[in-house]
Formats: sequence, C-alpha cells, structure tokens
Amino acid sequence: MENDKRASMDFENALINVDRIAAEDVIKKALHVGEGDVFRVIDTIISPALESIGSKWEAGDIALSQEYMASKITEELTNKMLPIESPQRSSRPSIGITTLKDQHMLGKQILKALISSNGFNLIDYGCMAIENIKEKLKTDNIEVLFVSTLMLNQALTVKEITEFIEQEKIGTKVIVGGAPFLFDEGLWKEVKASAMARTAVEGIHISQRLMGE
Amino acid sequence: MIKDEMTSMERVLTALGQEEPDRVPYFLLLTMHGAKELGMSIKEYFSRPENVVEGQIRMREKYGHDCYYPFYYASLETEAWGGSTIFYEDGPANAGAPVIKKIEDIESLEAPDVWDSPQLLKVLKSTEMLKDHAGEDVPIIGVAMSPFSVPPMQLGFDKYFDIMYEDRELFDKLMEVNTDFCIEWSNAQLEAGATAICYFDPVSSPTLIPRELYRETGYKIQKKVTSQLNGPVAVHLASGRALPIIDDIADAGASVVCTSVIDDLTEVKTACKGRMSVLGNLNGIEMRNWTAETTANTVREAIEKAAEGGGYILSDNHGEIPYQVPHEVLMGISDAVRKYGQYPIDR
Repeated sequence: MENDKRASMDFENALINVDRIAAEDVIKKALHVGEGDVFRVIDTIISPALESIGSKWEAGDIALSQEYMASKITEELTNKMLPIESPQRSSRPSIGITTLKDQHMLGKQILKALISSNGFNLIDYGCMAIENIKEKLKTDNIEVLFVSTLMLNQALTVKEITEFIEQEKIGTKVIVGGAPFLFDEGLWKEVKASAMARTAVEGIHISQRLMGE
Repeated sequence: MIKDEMTSMERVLTALGQEEPDRVPYFLLLTMHGAKELGMSIKEYFSRPENVVEGQIRMREKYGHDCYYPFYYASLETEAWGGSTIFYEDGPANAGAPVIKKIEDIESLEAPDVWDSPQLLKVLKSTEMLKDHAGEDVPIIGVAMSPFSVPPMQLGFDKYFDIMYEDRELFDKLMEVNTDFCIEWSNAQLEAGATAICYFDPVSSPTLIPRELYRETGYKIQKKVTSQLNGPVAVHLASGRALPIIDDIADAGASVVCTSVIDDLTEVKTACKGRMSVLGNLNGIEMRNWTAETTANTVREAIEKAAEGGGYILSDNHGEIPYQVPHEVLMGISDAVRKYGQYPIDR
C-alpha cells in the first residue's frame, strides 16, 4: 500500500516534469511487482497520479501544458500495456466526446487521453454539427456525452442537444467542460447539462457517478 | 486644462502616466457587435474595412468609451500565412485547418510579407480611416498575436506543446519566423495610425504554461518584440492568469497588462507598482446575463479596487466582448463608469 502510494507520487512527478523515461520506469516496476496486473497499476498508480494532477490544475498549481503532456505520456504508456483493441478494455459506459463546431481541440484531447488511460474506450466525434450529433446519439447508444468547448456560442448550443435528448427520451447524460463553463458557473444548468466538469479527471468521476458505477 | 474637458486620448494618457484624469477611462473591446450595428453577418462585416470603421464609430458614439479597436479576428493573421477562417453567425471566427500540416514543414517556413496580404491590408486601411476620423482625440488599439501564441492556429495546440517541450530546435525556428512577422505587422499598424499594440499572448499565462517555461520562451520573445516596436505595448493574456508573471511582463517592456477575472484586481494593481497600468477585468462570459444592478455593482467594485492614483483602464477580461452581451449591459457599463468613476474616487 505504502509502496503503491510512493510509486504513484513518483509517477506524478515524472509526468509533471515531462520525464517519459522516469514515468515508464515507474510503470514497468509496478507491473513487475503486480505480476502484470494492468488494472491494478491503473487503479493504484496511474489514476491517483492523474487525480492529483487534475486537482493541481484546478488549484492553479500546474499549467494546462503540464496536464496535456501528462495525459499524453500516460495514454502512450497505457496503450502499450492495454492496446485499444484489447478485450480487457471496458466499453461501458458507452462514451462519446465532441467539441461541437468549435475548432479548439485541446480540452477534448486531454479528456480523451485520460479516459483511455483509465482503461475505457470512447467514440471521438471531433468537431461536429449539432444535427449530426443528434443522429449519432440515436444510432450509437451513447450513455455519456462529453462536450468540451472554448467558445461561448458553441457552449450555448448544448441546450439543443439536451432538449433533443429529453424530447426523444434517449437518456444520454451530457457532461460539459471548457472555459465558458469555468467563467460562468451557472451556464451548465442554463444549457440543461447533466453536470459540469472542471477538470478531465472530474469528468471521468462524474460519468461513473451518473452511470451508478 | 479643465479635467472634465479631457479627450479620450488625454484621459488615457493621463491614466497611463499613473495620474488621475477626470474619470476612469474604459475600453469596450467590441468587434462582432459592429456587425449587429450595421445589420449584417459577422463574415460580411469583416469583408470590408469601411464596415469596421463605420461599426467602430457608431459603437463609440453609442457607448462613449475611450478607444477604437480595429481588430477583426485572430485567424486573420493566419490567413496571411495561407490559412483559412471559419465564420459563425454568433461568435468569433476560428482558424480553419492548420497551415503547417507536418511539423517538419517549420524548417522551410517563411513569414509572409505584410504588404502582400489583402487581409492584413484591410486592417491597415481600417486603422488609417479611424485615424483620419479620430485625429489625436481617441486612442486606436491595434492587435498583434504574439509569435509565441499564434502557433496553436498555425499547427494546433497539441503539436505546439509537443515541440515546445520536446523539439526545441523546431520551436526556436518557428519563433524566429513568427517574431519577424509580428514585428513587421505591429509596426505597420502603428504606422497606419494605431496608438498602441495589444499583444495577445495567452500561451504565456501561467494558466497555460509554467512560469519557468515562460521565462525560457514567451518572456524572451515578448522582450525581443517589444524592443523593436515603434509604440507602446499592452500585453493581453486573454482571460489567463497574469499575477504570477507580472514582474516578468513589466521587465519585458509592457506598458499595460490586461488581466483576468481569475486574478484579484487589487493584487494586480499593487504588483504593477506603478511600472505598468492595468486593464481589465470584467467577466465577459457572465456579462451577457447581468442585471442593471449587477452591472453597476461590478463596475463600481472594479473601480474601487484599481482606479485610485490612475494607472487603470476598465475593460473586459478577454479582449473581446462576446456577441451575446446585450446593448443594455454595455450601456449599463458606460453609465456606471460615469457615475462611479469620477476622480477623485468616492469610496
């Protein structure tokens, strides 16, 4: 237990310092100790480290670039241990992610990397018009839809999606994030989202909570 | 001079000189609202310099703020590099697909000639026309994207962070080319009549990169650009935090720092120690829902925090007021500045 905690802290420090070699070294050792149990490494080393990095970003103690590099390195390491096509990856809940028509992709990329690093698969809809998103929600049985946007006008269009979900009784939970929601804490309610996530890690927690897991 | 007869230029220059003018100057950094004013789409509005000039003049007549702001949209600069722009009906334009498709292309990248870009020439034309109209009475704020903050539009944020952290040679090459362009573009605007350059540099904010990395990168670039500009520079972090790097921004040659609502205005003003003036920091996102009472109280609070002794210009915190902010709120801000912003400030 104490060793796991120390390893997680070492992993976190390596990520914050963008030290790929040190980060990989921690994971290799942890895999060795855990006799190759990938999910044990995710649960005890990777997730707590990412959790702490998310909290530090929220508190302003680290910068977005560090969160991005941490998520990228972690995704690369996780994909080595647990390839995307691995049957061990969880496809539940069924997760989708989009920026709507916003061309700013960084928030989505961080979230996508973190979801993947936690052993989940997801569908990346990229930058997509509202009408297309509505179609996807009907055909793809998406349980949780993450919307990451930097632009206020795009954030406001989330309401079209949430009202469509309500009208069609699809049941998809919509979790929103990005600058407009951070600068106006009432905005997520205004657009009738299920929740707002201040960090990518918080987004993952909220999705698990909403899905009752 | 009788204080209440000050022109906007006199008012702003007095404030920037760390003295108290007749009242607190305020910049309503309105861009897209000009399209509403002229009853046209945002795309059409920015297609002709005459539209922008007409929009700026009408908006200043209506709201009485202390500047003209002939800024079109950020990706206009990347159009000069061969990029495209995506327009929206109700929000700021976005850059289209990155101009730099492969990061290796940076090695052979060359800066465009400002005078060969029809898009940049439109901005210069707007600036010249506003200068003809304003003379020396109203400051004209030109805008240039920092060489350090334009790459997210040139190659995407992810690839930019990748080279910033892991390929410093390519990063340096990109900065070199971008810096040459930024200096030429900024000076062209100053020559056309801009009073100062608002240097948009959100990537330098501690919100986006750690201060140690900024000191190695964005700080040095700002210092180099600022030293070669023929006019004063206001550094704008576009809603990003400024407080932890205030000393660096001042040291790199800025006359004004434009700060975020995330930062405490009093702390920012104190940290500037009279070396720089402060512009900010009304929350543009919340602004669209403000009641008359909220508007008045928020403006009053900002003035009480930062206006004493001059060195303060009231503004939004992003450098562009969202399209959704209604006329009533803009009018409310103007009224509140006139009510609560008369010097000496009545606390």
